[in-house]
Amino acid sequence: MAADSRPKRPFRWHIGVFLAPAVLVYTAIMILPLAGTLQLSMFRNIEQSQVFVGLANFRTLFGDPNWSVGFWNALRNNTWFFIIHMLVQNPIGVMLAALLSSPRLRFAAFYRTAIFVPTILSFVIVGFAWKLILSPLWGVAPHLMDFVGLKSLFTPWLGKEQYALTALSLISVWQFVGIPMMLIYAALLSIPEEVIEAAECDGITGLSQFWKIKLPLILPSIGIISILTFVGNFNAFDLIYTAQGALAGPNYSTDILGTFLYRAFFGFQLQVGDPNMGAAIATMMFLIILGGVCVYLFLVQTRLRRYQF
Amino acid sequence: MTTKLLTALLLGTSILGSAGLAHAEDVTLNIESWRGDDLSIWKDKLIPAFEAKNPGIKVVFAPSAPTEYDAALGAKLAAGSAGDLITCRPFDKSLELFKKGNLADLSALPGMENFSPVAKSAWQTDDGKASFCVPMASVIHGFIYNKDAFDKLSIKVPTTRDEFFAALDKIKADGTYIPMAMGTKDLWEAATMGYQNIGPNYWKGEDGRAALIKGEQKLTDKDWVAPYEELAKWKPYLGDGFEAQTYPDSQNLFTLGRAAIYPAGSWEIGLFNTQAQFKMGAFPPPVEKAGDTCYISDHTDIGMGLNAASKHADAAKTFLSWVASPDFATIYANALPGFFSLNSAPVKMADPLAQEFVSWRGKCKSTIRSTYQILSRGTPNLENETWVESANVINGTDTPEAAAKKLQTGLDSWYKPAK
Repeated sequence: MAADSRPKRPFRWHIGVFLAPAVLVYTAIMILPLAGTLQLSMFRNIEQSQVFVGLANFRTLFGDPNWSVGFWNALRNNTWFFIIHMLVQNPIGVMLAALLSSPRLRFAAFYRTAIFVPTILSFVIVGFAWKLILSPLWGVAPHLMDFVGLKSLFTPWLGKEQYALTALSLISVWQFVGIPMMLIYAALLSIPEEVIEAAECDGITGLSQFWKIKLPLILPSIGIISILTFVGNFNAFDLIYTAQGALAGPNYSTDILGTFLYRAFFGFQLQVGDPNMGAAIATMMFLIILGGVCVYLFLVQTRLRRYQF
Repeated sequence: MTTKLLTALLLGTSILGSAGLAHAEDVTLNIESWRGDDLSIWKDKLIPAFEAKNPGIKVVFAPSAPTEYDAALGAKLAAGSAGDLITCRPFDKSLELFKKGNLADLSALPGMENFSPVAKSAWQTDDGKASFCVPMASVIHGFIYNKDAFDKLSIKVPTTRDEFFAALDKIKADGTYIPMAMGTKDLWEAATMGYQNIGPNYWKGEDGRAALIKGEQKLTDKDWVAPYEELAKWKPYLGDGFEAQTYPDSQNLFTLGRAAIYPAGSWEIGLFNTQAQFKMGAFPPPVEKAGDTCYISDHTDIGMGLNAASKHADAAKTFLSWVASPDFATIYANALPGFFSLNSAPVKMADPLAQEFVSWRGKCKSTIRSTYQILSRGTPNLENETWVESANVINGTDTPEAAAKKLQTGLDSWYKPAK
């Protein structure tokens, strides 16, 4: 037989051996907790014991106004939080990267470091520092605005329902603008000189060179940044918690999915934590993020053209 | 050779055995607590005082971090390694431990008769039949004022609401001081120092609170909306940008002498005494007409219970009876001004501000915060919602009626009072 005569390939053990550490670690710290969360969301604590209730927790989450109002409010706020990042953080990041990659810019390394530094600061420091800066009592913001005659425009932003979330989004933008800047900067540097020279030979220089040559070449990087922003924003929690507390005031106007999950899971003050409802919310967050990433992978990324040099 | 070894071993065990016997006469009790701040007070004052009177019982105070206390205690109780004495959080957290059988019933403990029913309410079953922790301390709400400011503007200490608002108007018209130091950013200030502070005068303390739990009154009744109406009137007297003013901001505004009146809890006394450079006084929440009965929020905060699995239950009970005695109360209240003993026996305190606060117990009726017992067990959580709505009312986002309606609707959705 032909099949028999073919030399039998030995089982390639080394593949399994080399994959094992990563698979084991990833399973232990990612897949098992995720499965645990999904499982927890299907149970409910009745009379001191965990009872399987199917999707009842999700029905409560969406059907009971005591939960659903909070959930939709958090989702709406989270979406706004994301929109601000997409509209402000990423364009500014691209712009800063374009400026930094300009060969005529002096002190580029200094600017790059200075803009990136807030990213490595702790949320607690950022939250506390901005609370102080914006404080109507001892903050520098009212004084600085007074200095340029704009005192009338100052309001206690973090305490006003209509401004607090936007203010916090902008603080987060300030903190994280370094990340899109660095990624785009790296992408811009990897564009080969020949392409730029060819463009210059064709008379495309300056701003139109950026729009017509560089921007299409860095689009895949912008896509990656968008998806990182999306995942980061829908998992956000720390900044809101440090600046506004777990109740995400005023009047829940800065409540995002992370803080909503925190209150449900761990409880707050007299509110006793409910790990099962918390797990249900965590599952919804997982599904939202999974959905967003899938949309990106299957609809957006497949249409992005990649250029090989 | 073997005999030698055997003798040595036997000798060794006999010595060890007798050492063990000598040791067994001394019982060591461990106290679980989240009050790490009080470590020196326990070590230097309270425990020596107890050990001097009760030879043979040694006490060790072993606190854990406040944020970890509940979880750590739960794990230790489950594993059977928890201390003999357990510091009790008020209301549901301790009640849950009692229901699980972790805390022993102390209703018959000698010394429990030293406490009033209000004092014991935080550590009782809902029907009030079993008590499981000895009340240790409470905090009282009221207003602390800057005496120098009041003297300078020749303002009399207000006793009625009209006098209170007249005083605020006068301070505001003068302009040197911010009339009242309070912010709404942290939410709980508005609820705890605002609503729960002035409220008992409207809902008549325990009467109203009990009626609310029984379902005879609703949060939308006049007595429960009226405190919100008064809170809404506070807005013009608060500092610029009070919407973003945090709790430490309010404390600093007052202790720096920039504000005249501070809606307070008595726990501030210790800090204010060290920071403020001016004379301070205090007055209870003003009543409607002179001569009306006044009510104060005298909120139970810390208690101590007995681990049901303790091996030294008798020694622990001796200790708890001592905690229930006036001796303990005197040392504790003086070491921590602002945390008042709940003991019915009067306690002599050296701090004048603390004395002023505690003197209200004589002329006013005590109650606890309305949202703490039973009513904050469900979703939405009444206490959290009260924080949010109190801040909303002061910010002007919600009218008093709308706020009360939201709270009652939320409460109705899960709380069915026993008829």
